[in-house]
Amino acid sequence: MTPGPRQASGETTSRVTVDRDRCCGAGNCVVTAPEVFDQDDTDGLVLLRDPTPGGALLDRVQRAADLCPAGAIRID
Amino acid sequence: MTQTTETELPHWPPVNPARSPFALIDDAERQPLAERAVTRVQLPTGATAWLVTRHTEVRQLLRHPGFSSDLLRPGFPLLRPLPPDVTSNSQGAFIRMDGAAHLRLRRMLTAEFMIKNVQRIEPLIHQTVADALADLAAAGSPADLVSTFALPLPSKVICHLLGVPYADHDFFQSRSRLLLDRRAPAEQFQHAAQELREYLRSLIDAKRARPDDADDLLSRLIRERVEPGELDVDELGGMALLLLIAGHETTANMLGLSVLLLTRHREQWAILRDRPDLAPGLVDELLRYLSIVRNGLFRLATEDVEIGGRLIRAGEGAIALLSLANRDPGVFDDPDEFDPYRQAHQHLAFGFGVHQCIGQPLARAELRMALVELARRFPDLRVAADPQELSTRDTSIVFGLDALPVTW
Repeated sequence: MTPGPRQASGETTSRVTVDRDRCCGAGNCVVTAPEVFDQDDTDGLVLLRDPTPGGALLDRVQRAADLCPAGAIRID
Repeated sequence: MTQTTETELPHWPPVNPARSPFALIDDAERQPLAERAVTRVQLPTGATAWLVTRHTEVRQLLRHPGFSSDLLRPGFPLLRPLPPDVTSNSQGAFIRMDGAAHLRLRRMLTAEFMIKNVQRIEPLIHQTVADALADLAAAGSPADLVSTFALPLPSKVICHLLGVPYADHDFFQSRSRLLLDRRAPAEQFQHAAQELREYLRSLIDAKRARPDDADDLLSRLIRERVEPGELDVDELGGMALLLLIAGHETTANMLGLSVLLLTRHREQWAILRDRPDLAPGLVDELLRYLSIVRNGLFRLATEDVEIGGRLIRAGEGAIALLSLANRDPGVFDDPDEFDPYRQAHQHLAFGFGVHQCIGQPLARAELRMALVELARRFPDLRVAADPQELSTRDTSIVFGLDALPVTW
């Protein structure tokens, strides 16, 4: 994955954004990275729990973005 | 779509049955398809379409907004001619819709099938598995695993979730099976579709006539969507039809094939029993390897799109071949080997794009719990037939076994 912007601390971080208009509620992201993604109880669409997940989670966040059938997850 | 080349094109679906239930496609017919990412094929209707066979390109096709799922559009690639009354019978069939119309209906269901809710109903699935295991034990060795376990289990679960009486299972199972058979005579197909629609409509009418606080999906959608005027009752009927068929045929066929495969890999049968924590990964590999939707997913290009170096023009048909994408050597090492320890999560067995299977958390939970409990209860389960001898559903949209004789 492409590294995110450098922070003052020197640690790389990434910003995750989700597009609820594109989301089709398949739930792959919640299975793959439940620390970062959730589904809304009312409509089943994606909810972002953590927009700046730490390094240990990034592999799984990237996998969630790859698996998203609707292309609703972006990592910058 | 020129006439001159049609006789030279490969046929799709394949003409010959595969040599075993695990082979996906006849070897000779698979070979030319494996040579390129996109191949022009001839359909039984005489029309042509582009068959897309690799992982990257299948994903690209299914996620691209320039392809429609609406089989009423002129030029849509079909396996059989459309019945004359299809327009009046397609309400609520969101699997065949595009864009906002599709999302409107799908989003009424997404929360129902999300993983949190499936986890909540795990006790129900567990009890249903236990009941099915007791039925299998009571049937005695030898028994048919399909009719005594694989088919009743998901049928009971989806009936419970939807609020459809399981007592009617012979009726809806036989009609569902007919609707999935692409060789079923047109008259029988239409009749079965009409019977199922009428059945579900009368079930919905009965629920509306006796409003209660029942917690099944149809009752909830009636209260929350139909009565406030958000959802037409015929749309609900179409949605119910789709969920009922997809909710039992797919998992049932996966279960039968999975048991056939796993009882040939005895060490895996033992691991299921002793290490249920490994079952989720095993289920993903089963989904990849068995790929039961073997005819592919059909789309119509609504704009010119380049896929795998081919320009697919607006008005041309394209087929996303999930099964061969799941055996793409560029993504899966030794793709024709069953390997429960591989990372199979990239498989496309549930499809891809906005139509990806809405019931996948339910299917995964059913498969995992059913296989683990089956291996625990019947550690010595054996299949009493050679795989090549078993009768398979080669002309069904959902591949599977007609029966699976087992002993223990």
